[in-house]
Amino acid sequence: MRGKGLLGIELLTAEEIQRILDRARFYQPLQTRTGRKLDTLRGRTIIHLFYESSTRTRTSFEIAAKRLGADTVSISAHGSSVDKGESLLDTLNTLAAMRPDAIVMRHAASGAPHFLARYLETPILNAGDGTHEHPTQALLDALTILDHRPALAGLRVAIIGDIAHSRVARSNLHLLTKFGATVVLCGPPPLLPREFECFSPNVTRTFRMEEAIADADVIMMLRVQFERQSPHLASSANEYFRFYGLRLEHLQAARPDAIVMHPGPINRGRELSSEVADFPRSVILNQVENGIAVRMAVLDLLLAGDPPPAPERTPAS
Amino acid sequence: MPDPRHDLLIQNGRVIDPSQGLDQPADVLVRDGRIAAVGPNLPAPDSQRLDASGCIIAPGFVDLHAHLREPGREHAETIESGGRAAAAGGFTSVLAMPNTNPVNDSAALTHFIIQTAQQQSPVNVFPVGAISEGSRGERLASIGEMRAAGIVAVSDDGRPVMNSNLMRHAMSYASGFGLTVIDHCEDLDLSAGGQMHAGFPAVRFGLAGISSTSEEVMVARDILLAAETGARFHVAHLSTARSLEMVRHAKQRGLPVTCEVTPHHFTLMDEDIKDYDTNYKMKPPLRSREDRQAMLQGLADGTVDAIATDHAPHPGSEKMQEFELAPSGIIGFETALGLALDRLVHGGLISLTRLVELFSVNPARVVGLDRGTLKVGAVADITVFDPERRWTYDVNQSYSRSRNTPFHGYSLRGGPVATIVAGEIVWQAAK
Repeated sequence: MRGKGLLGIELLTAEEIQRILDRARFYQPLQTRTGRKLDTLRGRTIIHLFYESSTRTRTSFEIAAKRLGADTVSISAHGSSVDKGESLLDTLNTLAAMRPDAIVMRHAASGAPHFLARYLETPILNAGDGTHEHPTQALLDALTILDHRPALAGLRVAIIGDIAHSRVARSNLHLLTKFGATVVLCGPPPLLPREFECFSPNVTRTFRMEEAIADADVIMMLRVQFERQSPHLASSANEYFRFYGLRLEHLQAARPDAIVMHPGPINRGRELSSEVADFPRSVILNQVENGIAVRMAVLDLLLAGDPPPAPERTPAS
Repeated sequence: MPDPRHDLLIQNGRVIDPSQGLDQPADVLVRDGRIAAVGPNLPAPDSQRLDASGCIIAPGFVDLHAHLREPGREHAETIESGGRAAAAGGFTSVLAMPNTNPVNDSAALTHFIIQTAQQQSPVNVFPVGAISEGSRGERLASIGEMRAAGIVAVSDDGRPVMNSNLMRHAMSYASGFGLTVIDHCEDLDLSAGGQMHAGFPAVRFGLAGISSTSEEVMVARDILLAAETGARFHVAHLSTARSLEMVRHAKQRGLPVTCEVTPHHFTLMDEDIKDYDTNYKMKPPLRSREDRQAMLQGLADGTVDAIATDHAPHPGSEKMQEFELAPSGIIGFETALGLALDRLVHGGLISLTRLVELFSVNPARVVGLDRGTLKVGAVADITVFDPERRWTYDVNQSYSRSRNTPFHGYSLRGGPVATIVAGEIVWQAAK
């Protein structure tokens, strides 16, 4: 993936994904140590450009870059030239002219980084584009699952919630099916179009929680994105929780070793009960922790390369 | 007496004119801007000559659906630049949709368009008037006054009439003037926020879908209203299999319902969209493989009346954006005939006669224009095309002011050779 950036899981092969996961494994132990800053990316500059609010992804990317010794610059859409009516492409061209080594970007429009990648030399790392993809989330989810299972192949993963508007679901669908896992999607029908079954023959749909959870190795809950939904759909939070919220009673019917995941931010009492969030087999905080390792792996492979660092680029004349 | 040196003799071609059941090697003689004679070896010693060896001589092509952007968005297109592009595509007449700024909802604006076209456009421009004032969907526009000023049909294209009662009144009223009502069939509530056809590619791209139903409910509504009011109703840029089925059924019932299909809807489908390229963003959106197949079927079996371009120029500054921010539409004059010859005729789906019907005879009939024929005495609007010429479309050579097309770099078999409007050669392919 060196030089190409990371736009989405769909574009990666299973081998490329495996390399990222292997490298992330290498960085995992580092998380629990202190005072361990590497110099893998010393002298490299990474711009974090976030057009959508984000706490965990942005912080995670920045910490990952800093732990690798890179210099980081962080830009929010608010308070930049974006407010002055500059087009996205012009903004990115301007930033690229400052010669960063990579741009990490989140944008509310699906495909925004793909559109930009057609015109920019600078590698772009997609930190979430609209309702399309969130590749590093799927990678950290895979790493977390692999902390609890020997392999992805043959696993049954239930993804539950607002599937239609979820970039996390799409990236996970691509990743899990590339590795031979079975995915059962669950949510209210308006948020779960039948076309989702076209991702792979290993993807099925159900509208009943019990059915989704039965025999699942992994129960992945999604945040309810009321802000993206048609106003006609917004049933009350109580109604949603009653039919699509994860509660202890569900877990009692699940496999005893099933793990519960959530990309965050979690809404207690909306898509999962407070008890479930704090449940021993809930690995939500492990996901956050693995996020750093995965993003370090991605930055390392993208910028430092493998085998070790390539010669410095010659400055443009 | 007219000077015979001003006559034009088009020689050595094959004349195909379905309006009079003609398909034979013949010359066409033009005098005083009208067809003077059609037949083999016409004597015309002093006339200007156009050699049409290996070419088809057909009644001039009529595009039922174009956006010339003037007045209001001259950076995207003008009546002059659009007219030149139309001529280079083999069109002798275009219908100009009223969604300009301001909207063509008045006799004054209709006059402006006609006069500007007479002075600046090489091809005939026939304005389409708005159905409602400002195309706001609230009150009927002054349709009769616009008719007197020269509109040939009414439509709120791009801002379709959502209120069914207003549409009923519009159809009823327009029928009194013999005007065809053209509807861009889109239920704006059902399509709200949509970026591309609601199918698996949209789900994969994370783009909100535009369902087939959003078109079909309006086609159904309008057919019912046409039956009730007796109006002539024409479906603009029809794009789904079920819409076509409803039109087929309406025709079987004898209703005056017609439809057009664009070259992009019979050439491309949603699966072809890649890299969030906004040159594939249009309304209606590129539909599914099955829908495209249905369009080809309808073109072949006669259900589709006309091929229309929906030429919709947008400047690069607006198309070079995030997919969901970019405006819908592509330019289409210069690629329409090439795509139709390449895909439909050489694809073995239709005959050359049927092609001429789709581009000329039928569209003229849909709106009751006295064009689309080479009968002696008719206005000499003529399209000469070579069904075999191989060429590659380079949008950078386009006469249009805009460059928004998915067909740049397409190699096509067959294309226009000369465009003649009222006896004048207004465009000729480079030799």
